[in-house]
Amino acid sequence: MRPFRYHRPAGVAEAVAVLAAEPQAAYLAGGTNLVDLMKLGVQRPDLLVDVTRLPLDAVEELPGGGLRIGATVRNSDLAAHPVVRRDYPVLARALLAAASGQLRNLATTGGNLLQRTRCVYFQDTGKACNKREPGSGCAARHGQNRDLAVLDWSDLCVATHPSDLAVALAALDAVVEVHEPDGPRDVPLAALHRSPGEHPERETTLARGALITAVRLPHLPAARRSAYLKVRDRASFAFAVGSVAAVLDLDGDVVRDVRLAYGAVAHRPWRAYRAEEELRGRPFSPQLAARAADAELAEARPLRHNGFKLPLTRAITVRALTELAEGTPAP
Amino acid sequence: MTTGAVGQAYPRLEGREKVTGAARYAVEYPVDGVTYGWAVPAAVVRGRITRVDAAPALALPGVLSVVHHGNAPRLAPGPEPDLWLLQEPAVHYRGQLIAVVVATSLEAAREGARLVRIDYDAGPHSTVLTADHPGLYRPDQVNPSYPTDTAEGDFDAGYAAAPVRMDATYRTPAYHNNPMEPHATTAQWRDGRLLVHDSNQGAAPVQATLAELFELPRESVRVITKHVGGGFGGKGYAKAAVVLAALAARQVDRPVRLALTRQQVFGPVGYRTPTIQRVRLAADTDGRLTAICHDAISQTSTLREFAEQTAVYTRSMYAAPHRRTTHRLVRLDVPTPFWMRAPGECPGAYALESAMDELATVVGIDPVELRIRNDPAVDPELGRPFTSRNLVACLRDGARRFGWAERDPTPRARRDGRWLVGTGVAGASYPARSRAAAATATARRDGGFLVRIDATDIGTGARTALWQVAADALGVPPERVEVQIGDSDLPPAGVAGGSMGTASWSWAVIRACEALRAKLRDTPGGGPSDGEVTAEVSTADEVRDQPALPRYAYGAHFAEVRVDADTGEVRVNRLLGVFAAGRVVNPTTARSQLIGGMTMGLSMALHEEGVLDERYGDWVNHDLATYHITGCADVERIEAHWLDERDGELNPAGVKGIGEIGIVGTAAAITNAVHHATGVRIRDLPVRLDKLIGLSGLA
Repeated sequence: MRPFRYHRPAGVAEAVAVLAAEPQAAYLAGGTNLVDLMKLGVQRPDLLVDVTRLPLDAVEELPGGGLRIGATVRNSDLAAHPVVRRDYPVLARALLAAASGQLRNLATTGGNLLQRTRCVYFQDTGKACNKREPGSGCAARHGQNRDLAVLDWSDLCVATHPSDLAVALAALDAVVEVHEPDGPRDVPLAALHRSPGEHPERETTLARGALITAVRLPHLPAARRSAYLKVRDRASFAFAVGSVAAVLDLDGDVVRDVRLAYGAVAHRPWRAYRAEEELRGRPFSPQLAARAADAELAEARPLRHNGFKLPLTRAITVRALTELAEGTPAP
Repeated sequence: MTTGAVGQAYPRLEGREKVTGAARYAVEYPVDGVTYGWAVPAAVVRGRITRVDAAPALALPGVLSVVHHGNAPRLAPGPEPDLWLLQEPAVHYRGQLIAVVVATSLEAAREGARLVRIDYDAGPHSTVLTADHPGLYRPDQVNPSYPTDTAEGDFDAGYAAAPVRMDATYRTPAYHNNPMEPHATTAQWRDGRLLVHDSNQGAAPVQATLAELFELPRESVRVITKHVGGGFGGKGYAKAAVVLAALAARQVDRPVRLALTRQQVFGPVGYRTPTIQRVRLAADTDGRLTAICHDAISQTSTLREFAEQTAVYTRSMYAAPHRRTTHRLVRLDVPTPFWMRAPGECPGAYALESAMDELATVVGIDPVELRIRNDPAVDPELGRPFTSRNLVACLRDGARRFGWAERDPTPRARRDGRWLVGTGVAGASYPARSRAAAATATARRDGGFLVRIDATDIGTGARTALWQVAADALGVPPERVEVQIGDSDLPPAGVAGGSMGTASWSWAVIRACEALRAKLRDTPGGGPSDGEVTAEVSTADEVRDQPALPRYAYGAHFAEVRVDADTGEVRVNRLLGVFAAGRVVNPTTARSQLIGGMTMGLSMALHEEGVLDERYGDWVNHDLATYHITGCADVERIEAHWLDERDGELNPAGVKGIGEIGIVGTAAAITNAVHHATGVRIRDLPVRLDKLIGLSGLA
């Protein structure tokens, strides 16, 4: 482990200024991902700026409806928050489907969004990875890629974003409040993460030094009927091999509004706009949900070991939406 | 056996120490001036180290030394090439531990290990086991000393003539023993003597190996192994950590603590070999087996031959007039495989018990009944009656408890909402062996007793079991007995392995206690008046003279699974095992062993898989986040029961050992249940949703 300095900033502006001035500094929040990566030599910051004592740990109901979630609110606390449980069940379920109780007690809202891919090649400094070391190649592209992307990957990177929370937030049209060296800014969740393209080492659209300070959920009454469905290889403590976050608003049988996002398929949480388009304005049926998933996945390019993600994602789309339509989302 | 401590459900003697954190493990002993070692893995698969540049590491504050083949203390070349570490520039597999960085802090050692620059000349490699590998060969014997191939009757003719046949090939991947505590050692040299606190399954064999490697008299090496955070076979003998720690400590002339990283546990200390197993069964129309053939392929390394006895299980499990078993090996550029819970029996039973299920389907006979019909009266190998064989009783009792009678044999006939539900059964057996051991029993002046034996408690409850056995053998309440184990200074005993621990150690303990009682009877006043009285025994002669009889524990495994019709997710509703394993010394620790084995079998069936990337010659999922081991949420209902079995041909305590029998049939019971649920037979483990979703069009 590389020796590093530790700094506890007095405020957000100071934290951002320090990060902007120190090219090898990193923010430390829950540390559930960063500390592992430091031990593995994958991330080697020389300065940790600990943001956990900043006053960013509140969950506030907004005047016009909606919720502001402080960046350092712990995953466990957020999942248990009564307003989240009542108004945004998709969010509570996504949080509780993630990691383990111990990890959720530490992991923060902001940190969760910025966690790194769990691609095994990224996490092993003995193997080629463009994300870890630009120009070194992508060992996963023709290697063991069962868990990796089927959508929007590039020849330089086939990693997936591992977060469950981010998938739920993508479906909810959440807005990320960030503080950058130039000042505060709002970033729609859907615009926070990048496609891998030519620069898989650049994972977000944030400026160097940017600090996520909060995540804002819009007023969305339809989200009371929402669900998160996660499929994984064992019953707990595993990353998704497929997941879907869904909000369904029906007018009688007709889909008045729908929000759909996928996890475990791409380099970013995947908002399924095409599927939503197929669904909106039509009478709901499981067949329609299947057609919508197919439309979304039409441009998927499975890798050698992950073709199963297409029928899997289709199946969980149908199930999540059908259960919401029937008013019986499975716990 | 007057006081009756044996059979009582005592909690583990050291339980409180463990759960409060007071129990010390190998790298937790306070040692003055201790330093820290960090092992460096090879970055190529096969080749030679051409240069080691230690300068960048040595420049780091706190780094004391970089120990490698160019400067390491010399070891005697021994029979264990895997342990001839830091002696030569050759690299035999990726991840081979080729240097140790020693520093005054763990962090500096770790960073130093990253900074060491090593250059290699690398050659081509072969790391993937295939059924047609050009390097396949026939080993002279398989572990530990079984014949490689056996044949009786004429399998080919018998098979060809039979009215009912099945022929299938089963594959199991590499499995990695992952005890909570990795291989870990604190090593100290004092006046030419070596003291190690080490995590292993037997202090005496580690002592012997270290003495041999460092060319010391055995009494100059002491190995202390008081608590061990699991082993599952992988710590059965001395492994890399203890040798590297001892080398490093000698090099820096200071005590060294060295624990392997989780990643380093995946390979350099062994793993269960992948297997490819073809099983052919033939039967008459009543399901009576007429021909059995089990051909097993597994891998070993270029360093040493390790021949997993995969098909040996088949030799005594079911009888038929025409029988054949074979083993073939390939030497690959991989680390040497090693023991993992029920080596041989575990993968072998998966194949045979799956094949029996397939045969049951072909012949249209209930799989419990099929096994009962084929239960041999005498051991098919030795031609002699089993000392006890209660497979049928286990099957019947299990079937009753499980509610098997109500089962509709039709595959894919049961549905619970989106879940397809099915049930499966498998048999299991594991040899009941004993090894020689020595022990002492001492009567103390205060009326207490001390029993000393170099047994090892790797978390099983062995310490507690021996304490109960000793109390009964002495005829005193257990509170008056103290048991000391886990130290090579104690009377020597074999490893905690092969389900032989309690059988072997209790034998010596009972004999020592008997000898002490005899001695006390001859002592005026019947007790120590002015000193302690000690009796020392060895069971070497008794164990050696034991007649060669077929001695086995048996079990019947039942599983109910559900498979998600849309996603292919598999979950286990219920696991039930019934075992016939001789006398059970402690129901609490026995149950823990049995359900632990069953859970590990569940893990094998559904979750565990070492995923190899041939280009790197290495497993890519080498941590507990990516190498999935069954979690608590996967174990929904699990029951272990046992029959009251008395077998006078075993050992004085009448125990068969229970460390391994729990895993043996579990995977087959689960995969048989998956077939019953879905109609799809997956023959390569683990059974995962991607295999089912693609094959069955389940929905």
